[in-house]
Amino acid sequence: MDPINFVILASVLFAIGAAAVLLRRNAIIAFMGVELMLNAANLALVAFSRIHGEIDGQIMAFFVLVVAAAEVVVGLAIIIAVFRARQTISLDEPAELKG
Amino acid sequence: MLDLTWLLIAVPLASSAFLLLGGKRLDPWGHWVGVAASGTAFLVGLVALIQMLGLDSHDRAHAVHLFSWIPGGELNLDAGLLVDPLSMTFVMLVTFVGTLIHLYSVAYMEHDPSRRRFFAYLNLFVAAMLLLVLADSYLLLFVGWEGVGLASYLLIGFWNHKPEYATAANKAFVVNRIGDMGLIIAMGLMFTYFGALDFDSVFAAAEGASTAQLTAIGLALLVAACGKSAQFPLQSWLGDAMAGPTPVSALIHAATMVTAGVYLIVRSAPIYEGAPAAQTTVAAIGAFTLILGALIGMAKDDIKKALAASTMSQIGYMVLAAGLGPIGYAFAIFHLVTHGFFKAGMFLGAGSVMHGMNDQVDMRRFGALRTAMVTTWVTFGLGWLAILGVPPFSGFWSKDKIIEAAFVGEGAQPWILGGAALIGAGLTAFYMSRLFFMTFHGKARWTDDQHPHESPALMTVPMIILAVGSAFLGLFLAMGDRFTMWLEPVTGHAEHHEPVLPVAVIMIATLALVALGVWAAWRKYGVADVPELAPAASLATIAARNDMFQDSVNRGVFERPGTHLTRTLVYADAALVDSAVDKTAGGWARTGESVRKTQNGQVRSYALTMLVGLVIVILVVVQGGL
Repeated sequence: MDPINFVILASVLFAIGAAAVLLRRNAIIAFMGVELMLNAANLALVAFSRIHGEIDGQIMAFFVLVVAAAEVVVGLAIIIAVFRARQTISLDEPAELKG
Repeated sequence: MLDLTWLLIAVPLASSAFLLLGGKRLDPWGHWVGVAASGTAFLVGLVALIQMLGLDSHDRAHAVHLFSWIPGGELNLDAGLLVDPLSMTFVMLVTFVGTLIHLYSVAYMEHDPSRRRFFAYLNLFVAAMLLLVLADSYLLLFVGWEGVGLASYLLIGFWNHKPEYATAANKAFVVNRIGDMGLIIAMGLMFTYFGALDFDSVFAAAEGASTAQLTAIGLALLVAACGKSAQFPLQSWLGDAMAGPTPVSALIHAATMVTAGVYLIVRSAPIYEGAPAAQTTVAAIGAFTLILGALIGMAKDDIKKALAASTMSQIGYMVLAAGLGPIGYAFAIFHLVTHGFFKAGMFLGAGSVMHGMNDQVDMRRFGALRTAMVTTWVTFGLGWLAILGVPPFSGFWSKDKIIEAAFVGEGAQPWILGGAALIGAGLTAFYMSRLFFMTFHGKARWTDDQHPHESPALMTVPMIILAVGSAFLGLFLAMGDRFTMWLEPVTGHAEHHEPVLPVAVIMIATLALVALGVWAAWRKYGVADVPELAPAASLATIAARNDMFQDSVNRGVFERPGTHLTRTLVYADAALVDSAVDKTAGGWARTGESVRKTQNGQVRSYALTMLVGLVIVILVVVQGGL
């Protein structure tokens, strides 16, 4: 199978992830969108590694996995802290970043 | 003793500082310190004068080096004094009349709580005036020039709790600033052309200078003289200056300070010698002012303002004489000295009248005071005869010579200048007689609460001494041309010129006009009843009562346009400069406001912004092939 298909799939997954972050109010769902984008990037890296016949992309994918795991921990902790403080995890509620 | 002439300035100055700094504990006797300082200056001057009289006439100019004042690269100026017959004449006039007026003030200001301050200012004036006449350079003269201006300002506004008196002081100060500017410009021109400011160097360089340069300097000096000596067109301050206490009017605004302009012109004779145009302008200004002052004096009902107008007119005579060149210089100074005596005497007389009449100054409420105040009447009468130019009193010897000198020349000039001087003599006779008769003769028109009485001896004695001077000083100095010979080393030898009319004709015409003036005044103000309120009068009289509308003219010609100019400038500043700055700042503020809207705190809109940015970056990278 042509490895370019994996790249297309990665693009689609990234678009879905981005749409989830932009459109959903629920922080958990938006967070899942972020994860989806990360994994789309991973898929693209692995696919490029296969296309070029080099190992670099796969090594990069491992790094991303580790970073994503750490990010999930921090992200979920923030979401829980926000929920405790405000009894909601809607992304539209806290407007304290307002300049 | 001539080397000690700096004491003349130092003693009154020290006394002034002592009185000002000494505080209230000096109040009971401080004024005597002021009198003593002035008296000491007179004695020093007298000794110096006697010593100078013992010298040969060519050795009488004595330079006293004080200290190196401005050691600069291009301008090296030493502070020094020039003691010569001209400055000595002024020293004697200022210290003698000054001391008498100090003495008079002790009694006149007796009930004033700030008498000590008054004497401090008087001493300051004496010191500054002596510095003015003794200075050996224009710059040092300028220091004295400003000093007398300051003293004049302080003394005009001595009763500055009355707003109009404070305004009068400000007016005198502001008008004098214009004159001072003339002196500064003259000094700037001298430094540019000659590179020096001391009299010796400037006069030496003036001989080789071009007529245009000398004319420019001469006219600038004339502006200075006009300011200080209340000559047209800077005459408007003198009438208001009568707001000061009467001794001040006598000393500063009659006898000494206002004559500083005449001194300046006579001192600058070598400059005017090379600038005939400037000289003619000086004479023309003098002739114009002497008529103007006389016309104003004819209509004034305020005794001090009438005397002020007379001062303006008499200084017009001096300036006229100073503008005639060497034939006039000596007579300008001669008239200055005799005028110093008789006008100061008359001002003191006016002060004495006010003293006895509860500070009334309206002559329409005087009348018949000759019985109540005999000494004042007699002393004032001698001053009156002197200013009229009746022989053998002082004024005759000086004023008649000026009229005679004004008739010397060619073409139309002697007829115009001489005619003005001649008519001025007649007008003088009328307004002074009017003043004299309205005050001392006719029926009593006193208000009910007035009980005129003679002033104490401290006031009458100075008046008597000045009256004696008014009577005989002119004769004494004119005998054998004593005064002219005395001044000759400074003013130069005057060739004798015949006037266009025979001397006898001029003299007879003058005396006839004087007699006519006195007769007219006697008819109107001596015999006839004087109304207690100023009657309705012709346009000319109204103009004269209002000082020929000088204030309105100044307001219309200088003040209004100036006000409008500044208002326009303020408006332009607000409309152009300010608004440009404001609009720029406002633009940035609005830009900030609009950018601020993007910072709405919505996480998802930030995410969208980031995504859009990312896409743009990628597009640029991909499309740009970077």
